[in-house]
Amino acid sequence: MRIFDPHIHMTSRTTDDYERMRAAGVLAVVEPAFWLGQPRTSPASFADYFDGLLGWEPYRAAQFGVVHHCTIALNPKEANDPRLQGVLDLLPRYLAKDRVVAVGEVGYDEITPAEDEALTRQLALAVEHGLPVLVHTPHRDKAAGTRRTIDVVRESGLPPERVLIDHLNEMTVGMVADSGCWMGFSVYPDTKMDVDRMVTILGEHGLDRVLVNSAADWGRSDPLKTRAVGDAMLAAGFSEADVDTVLWANPVAFYGQSGRLDLSSITAEAATSEATTEAATEAATEAATQATTAHVTTAATAAVAAGGDYAGNTVLRGSPA
Amino acid sequence: MTTSNVPEIPPTVLPELNALPELNALPVLPVLTDEGSRWLEAATERVRADAGALTALFPAAGRACGRGPVPGEPGWTVDEAVRVRLLLALPQTGAELGETLFELYAHGDAAERLAVLRSLPALEDGGGLGDAGLPLVRDALRTNDARLVQAAMGPYAAEHLSDHAYRQAVLKCVFIGVPLAAVAGLDRRSDEELARMMADFAEERLLAGREVPPDVWPVLERHPTLLTRIHALIGEER
Ligand SMILES: [Zn+2]
Repeated sequence: MRIFDPHIHMTSRTTDDYERMRAAGVLAVVEPAFWLGQPRTSPASFADYFDGLLGWEPYRAAQFGVVHHCTIALNPKEANDPRLQGVLDLLPRYLAKDRVVAVGEVGYDEITPAEDEALTRQLALAVEHGLPVLVHTPHRDKAAGTRRTIDVVRESGLPPERVLIDHLNEMTVGMVADSGCWMGFSVYPDTKMDVDRMVTILGEHGLDRVLVNSAADWGRSDPLKTRAVGDAMLAAGFSEADVDTVLWANPVAFYGQSGRLDLSSITAEAATSEATTEAATEAATEAATQATTAHVTTAATAAVAAGGDYAGNTVLRGSPA
Repeated sequence: MTTSNVPEIPPTVLPELNALPELNALPVLPVLTDEGSRWLEAATERVRADAGALTALFPAAGRACGRGPVPGEPGWTVDEAVRVRLLLALPQTGAELGETLFELYAHGDAAERLAVLRSLPALEDGGGLGDAGLPLVRDALRTNDARLVQAAMGPYAAEHLSDHAYRQAVLKCVFIGVPLAAVAGLDRRSDEELARMMADFAEERLLAGREVPPDVWPVLERHPTLLTRIHALIGEER
C-alpha cells in the first residue's frame, strides 16, 4: 500500500514517527503551515517557520525515505493577531519556492473580519502564483463556517477543482461535494473523523475528489491513521485500486495542479521497497527490525536525491559515523 | 568493553588529504534548452538592472531551467549553476553585495542556500566580496544540514575563516559525515591543533566502543606523536 498523507505537521513529530510511517507505506507528505499550539508574536517567527518547512523538514524526511512538500499561509487563528499582519507581506516571497504546492491552511477559526481579510488576500495570492488552496474549516460552528468558506471561494474566481476543503464531517461533506471542491477528512483518535465513519462516508459519497489525512500535529493524533483507513477500506470490501485512488492518486492529482510536486525520487524505487515494507508490516514482531533495515537503504537513496549522500548525518542516528 | 567493538588498526597505506577530485569551485556553464537560455538571458538582464528582481527570479531558476546534473561537472546541478550566473550579474560589490547575499540566503529554500554558498569564490574574484560573505558561511556551519555544511566549506571558507572556526568546522564535518575530501584548504590549514582535536575525538570514540570515522586518520598521519597515542590506545584495548 502506497500512501500520500496530504495534511500532516511533521515539525511536531519525532524521527520514530518517520520510521513507522515509512514502514506503513507513507512515501510522501504535505505539511501545511499552521499554528504551533501557542501564539507567535512577530512575522520573523513565521519566516523561521517557513524556512524550516522548506529546508530542514524535507531534509529530515528524506533521511527516512519520505518526500516532503509544504503549503504556506497565515493561518486563520493567528490572522486575528494585529502584530502578525506583516506575515501577509512575506507570503509572495515564500509562495515562489519549488516545494510549495498550495496556499494553506487558510480559512476560518472564529469567523472574524480579520479572518475574512486574510482569506480574501490569500485566495488572490493563490490565483497570482498559480497555486491550489488548502482550506481549514472551523472546529466550532463548523457548518456555518464551511458554507461561508464555499461562498468566499466562489467569489474569489478560483476554480473549485483547485480548492481542497478540509476537516469535513457528515454535516459538511454534502455541501462541499456539491461545490465541486475537493473533500478532505482528518482522521483523529478521538475528534473530527474516525476510521469507521470515514469508510462509511467513502461508501456513500464515492472516492471522487476525496482525500484522507492524519492531520497529525502536537496534539493527540496518530500519523498512521491513513494506513488504518486503507486497511479498514480493504476489510469493508473496497479493492486495492480503490485504496490507491484515495490514499495516493487523489492527493497526487490535487497537489499536482501546482506543477511543483516532485515525486521523482520515489517513483523509481517504489516497486522494490514496497515488497520490503509490506513484509515488515505483516510480520508483527519483526516489524521494528525490518522497518529499520528498510529505512536505512531507502533513506540513503532519498538523501542522495535530496542532494546529500551522507551515511553519518546526526539525524540518522545509529549509522556508522 | 568487549574486544569485538575495537576497530581494526588503520591500514598502513593511508588515503591522502583531498584524495578525491575536488569540485570545480568556479561557476560552471549550465547546459540549457533554448527556452532555458532565453529565460536566463532575460533574468540576467533584469538582475543587472535591479538586484530586487532576484527575490522572484532566484527561487524560479529550477522550474525555468531544470535541475539535472551539469554534464562533466560532478556535484553541479543546472539550477545551481543558473543561480550562480544570476548572482554574478548583481551590480554590487563588497559589503552591499554581502548584505544582498545574506538576505537571499536567509529567505532561501535549501537549493537556493546551496547556490549562494557555492557562488562565494566567484563573487570574491568578480565582486570584491572580501569578508562580507562570512556571516552566511558561519550561519550554514551552525546548521545540522550536511549539504549546507559541505557547501559552506569551499575555497571561500578556507580563505576567510579564522583558525579556530576552521578547525571547529572540519571537526563538525567528521561528526556529521561530510567527507573531508569535499573540504577545501585542508592541505594548507590542517595544523597540529586540529590533529589534536581529531585525536581526542578518536579516543572518545574508541573508549565508547564506537567506530572512528576513516577521515580522522589522514589528518592524524601528519603528526606522528598523536598517531602513536591513538595506536597505543588501540593496542591497549586489544
Ligand atoms: Zn492542520
